[in-house]
Amino acid sequence: MTAPELAASPDLGLGSQSLLQASRPRYSEQVIKSVLALCGFLSIGTTVAIIGSLAVPTVEFFSEVSVVEFFTTREWAPLFADAKFGVLPLVTGTLVTTLVALAVCIPFGLGAAIYLSEYAQRRRRAILKPLLEILAGIPTVVYGFFALTFVTPLLRDVWFLPGEAPTVFNALSAGLVMGVMILPTVASLSEDAMTAVPQSLRQGAYGLGSNKMQVSTRVVLPAALSGIVAAFVLAISRAMGETMIVLIAAGGTPNLSLNPAEGMQTLTAFIAAAGIGDQPTGSTGYKTIFAVGSTLFAVTFVLNFLSIRLVRRFREVYE
Amino acid sequence: MFRITALDFYYGDFRAVRDVNVDISGNEISAVIGPSGCGKSTFIRCLNRMNDLIPGTRVGGRIEYHGQDLYGSNVDPIEVRRRIGMVFQKPNPFPKSIYDNVAFGPKVNGIKQNMDDLVEESLQRAALWDEVKDKLKQSAFSLSGGQQQRLCIARCIAVRPDVILMDEPCSALDPLATNRIEELMIELKREFTIVIVTHNMQQAARVSDRTAFFTTEVNDQAQRTGILVEVDRTEKIFTAPSDQRTEDYITGRFG
Repeated sequence: MTAPELAASPDLGLGSQSLLQASRPRYSEQVIKSVLALCGFLSIGTTVAIIGSLAVPTVEFFSEVSVVEFFTTREWAPLFADAKFGVLPLVTGTLVTTLVALAVCIPFGLGAAIYLSEYAQRRRRAILKPLLEILAGIPTVVYGFFALTFVTPLLRDVWFLPGEAPTVFNALSAGLVMGVMILPTVASLSEDAMTAVPQSLRQGAYGLGSNKMQVSTRVVLPAALSGIVAAFVLAISRAMGETMIVLIAAGGTPNLSLNPAEGMQTLTAFIAAAGIGDQPTGSTGYKTIFAVGSTLFAVTFVLNFLSIRLVRRFREVYE
Repeated sequence: MFRITALDFYYGDFRAVRDVNVDISGNEISAVIGPSGCGKSTFIRCLNRMNDLIPGTRVGGRIEYHGQDLYGSNVDPIEVRRRIGMVFQKPNPFPKSIYDNVAFGPKVNGIKQNMDDLVEESLQRAALWDEVKDKLKQSAFSLSGGQQQRLCIARCIAVRPDVILMDEPCSALDPLATNRIEELMIELKREFTIVIVTHNMQQAARVSDRTAFFTTEVNDQAQRTGILVEVDRTEKIFTAPSDQRTEDYITGRFG
């Protein structure tokens, strides 16, 4: 028995076959899809190409210099006649400047974000946020000279902590100014994450007799944490990758030390300094640049990974 | 408990609620009904100064709470909200564990008591304990909508308020969950004064002791202002209202 026909099929003058077919091919949809896919592959492709171009000279480098020497010896002088390939001083230089920068940009950036998102009146926020974002647009070379010619002399004049006052080139001044440079990014991204927290959560907390600080720190901040973590990860990456400020203000001498008052060379500063030097292509000195680049890549990756893991433990997800 | 005289409420220059005069007495359930946009939510948010959080709003007239001017200059709105709790239209648990949701209020208010006991007692009074006692550390979002709303009631009870304001607490829930919340409200009125805003006239008739009917009045600039039409014992409102507008509303002729 055939199924009963419920209604006569509509006769649109098309014939039953073409009823559900597209009336004309939709080329524009195809084009848009391809263009968007291309955008995605462009960044992935660039990343792969960078890793590839780092990997080849790095592998060649380690066939000439032992991995053990590179990661365990304590002296870095790869371009001298009596070359020394201990990368640790550069790693500590990067870590010290980065930690100083994070110590500035994370607390102050979060504070600014809480102020803008929870405390500032709408009109004040509309003025302050663009102003803050201008800070992010200052060229880093300007920040570098600001560190060297303003912050360093100031630190040397007012130094009150135990230990020697900072030297003319020092990691502290570079790190502090780097922190100020990154602060707007942290503040702006964290503020976006906090503003996105539903108003209903704030009302719930106010309805229980919370004050503004309690609402901000116990409800809004934890709920926005995944966005704030993204800001921190970006801050770490920018601090570790920053070159110009440390090149100008932290000095060019590798120094295995954790004392930020001393001058240091970072991984990036070495790459920049050696890169504008005259290393013949294919020489060990030339390959050193790529080995240091790979190290920077690895250290950044590890630090980002650890910070994501750490903060995920405190994260709260809202629907 | 509350004595409200000549209450006006403004958003900027716009008067959203005009000249409300009503008393609310303790240990009963007062329902506020009326068509959409008649200012009933705005009205109950005046009672715990929740509207203070919206910039550009202003209150005229007087609200007395236990004889004290609620908007007096020496009154701390945070203390007001601790004593006059609120349950919202959409369940809004914090993205924390069930336990931490209930413990939040007591913690921010510095209530010194064994927290485990207080959490259990509050969940029990909100008729939720048996369903969640084995998963207190789980996220509040693992609960159903009705359970989340009872969690919000437990969270509110935990700070030991005097009054609980409920702003359409069942409008996002199914009939079974609604029924449980209504039973809970009748249970709770022995200890708390409850003011509930509802869209649902049957709900007002089922749970409340007194009912206030609000409606909108349109002025010549086509601006809608909420006014209180009448307030009386619930049976009276639903059987023999004294105002024609109330009768039209409850018989379904408008709204």
